[in-house]
Amino acid sequence: MKKKKHLECEKPLAEITDIRFHGRGGQGVVTASRIAAEAALMEDKYVHAFPAFGPERAGAPIEGFTRISSEAFTIKTEIHYPDIIVILDPTLIGTVDLGKGLKDGGIVIANFAGSMDELKSKIGIAKKVSFYKVDATKIATEELGRPITNTVMLGALVKVTAIVELDNICKATAERFPGVVGEKNVKAIKRAYEEVMSE
Amino acid sequence: MTKAVTSKAKRIGMTGDEAVANAAAVINPDVVAAYPITPQTIIVEHFSEFVNNGEVDTEFVCVESEHSAMSACVGASVTGARVFTASASQGVALMYEILFIAAASRLPIVMAVANRALSGPINIHGELTDQTVCRDTGWISMFSESAQEAYDNTFLAFKIGEHPDVSLPVMFGLDGFILTHALEGVSPLDRKFVKDFLPERQMKYPTIPGNPVSSGLLALPDYYMEVKYQQELAMEAARKVIPKAFEEFGEKTGRYYGMIEEYQMEDAKTALVTMGALSGTTKFVVDKLRKNGEKVGMIKVKTYRPFPGTELAKALKDVEAVGVIDRDLTFGAPGPALYSDLKTTLYNYKNRPQIFGFIAGIGGRDVLVEDFEHIYKQVLNLKGTEKPVPIEWVGLRK
Repeated sequence: MKKKKHLECEKPLAEITDIRFHGRGGQGVVTASRIAAEAALMEDKYVHAFPAFGPERAGAPIEGFTRISSEAFTIKTEIHYPDIIVILDPTLIGTVDLGKGLKDGGIVIANFAGSMDELKSKIGIAKKVSFYKVDATKIATEELGRPITNTVMLGALVKVTAIVELDNICKATAERFPGVVGEKNVKAIKRAYEEVMSE
Repeated sequence: MTKAVTSKAKRIGMTGDEAVANAAAVINPDVVAAYPITPQTIIVEHFSEFVNNGEVDTEFVCVESEHSAMSACVGASVTGARVFTASASQGVALMYEILFIAAASRLPIVMAVANRALSGPINIHGELTDQTVCRDTGWISMFSESAQEAYDNTFLAFKIGEHPDVSLPVMFGLDGFILTHALEGVSPLDRKFVKDFLPERQMKYPTIPGNPVSSGLLALPDYYMEVKYQQELAMEAARKVIPKAFEEFGEKTGRYYGMIEEYQMEDAKTALVTMGALSGTTKFVVDKLRKNGEKVGMIKVKTYRPFPGTELAKALKDVEAVGVIDRDLTFGAPGPALYSDLKTTLYNYKNRPQIFGFIAGIGGRDVLVEDFEHIYKQVLNLKGTEKPVPIEWVGLRK
């Protein structure tokens, strides 16, 4: 015990960005949380990515979490007070308490085709937060041929927060989906990066 | 196709299960006999893929149950082979009978336990009871705080168990889902490291063709007691071997471990003591409390068997009050596993803290930062009491 111990014990009170992904079982929520973490690892950051540990049923609302920090941290709880929420599935808006625990000054990035006013009135988040939206379903349908928005929303996340480099999100996505599938996903990510809108 | 990570690199994203599977791939054991069970499944899935891809030379034995898995491990290990397996919860329970035989036969089998609550009710989530109930089997028993530690424990377990003075099986736990299914950055090791740190297992009396040896024999009242006493001596020897193994591992990797890890304990008046993944959040909370001027520290118990009693007594001699947080259960007992062992250990010491027990995170219930803060406050409130205090179940719905 005489030497400095485990590398992860250095600075547990590091500045951590807590991201919560909302989607439905089968939409790749966990994959999104992982790709975000893998991109951050490419930048030598410290990460923790995991699903909310509940029953895994296709179609049921589920959550995925990603913690990212430039310093090592040790906290192991689920994310109850996110800085950022990313909504993959627009049918959750107005049906699930998406703003639960979201910090004041937090960020909402939604897959939403309607107007910003519509989003804000439908989502029911009373706190002072910033809203961003992108029609990820449209992008996914056009670029991937199916309405799976998990990677697409990562493009929006990166544009809004700059939490990791766009290049690294693309690289991590291409590593996860080798070949043509990866290329299509990267194209979709870049489109969301361009098309995401602020208030 | 999942490819094994067998070269040194920067930190790579792995879940706890993936980390253990990759560590096993680097070690390249002679035999793996395992049966999949949530939340251990990914270890077996990934490792069997490595076998299929030809990335390891391991003989993978597909078995029909965990009882058979551990039996196959015993059979393989008596030949001098390096043997690995993994299980969880009901699977470990089904192995129980053979766990004693593995230890009594002095076979350094290594098992990863993806710690999960026991049925019933059926539950697949994190809890350490599946491993704490193995405390009397004669296995060395360690826990992990992170995916990195689970990865490192895979190497350390073989190093410790195969030491000629020890020659005992080793299990190490990683909290179900909280570690097994959560991705972290893990610094990998390579086969060159294994060649150096884990040279081939040397067994004194292997059962191999042309060299007949009997094992698994009968011992009646005339010799049974002596055989069991030798197991206790082996556990005692492990107390010397383990710190040396940790030291050598630290020198070679830069990652140092201890049988206990003291965190912010230098001037602590109050300490929280726990095992496994709860240690990580405890450290986070300790730092938060320290920021507000609280003199609090924490101790992580890494080796549950052999229990680091002397180390804990030394670390706690100037502490006034301790909160022990157990993520394990036993009923009608003086208290849960870690609490009972710590209290027993300190009873005869002159300088010892008051000890209060907390049960948390049972069946995978998330233990929040607020829960740890509550525990700390309770310990401060209870300090000085002269009445017996019951164990508190933290986060219980009322």
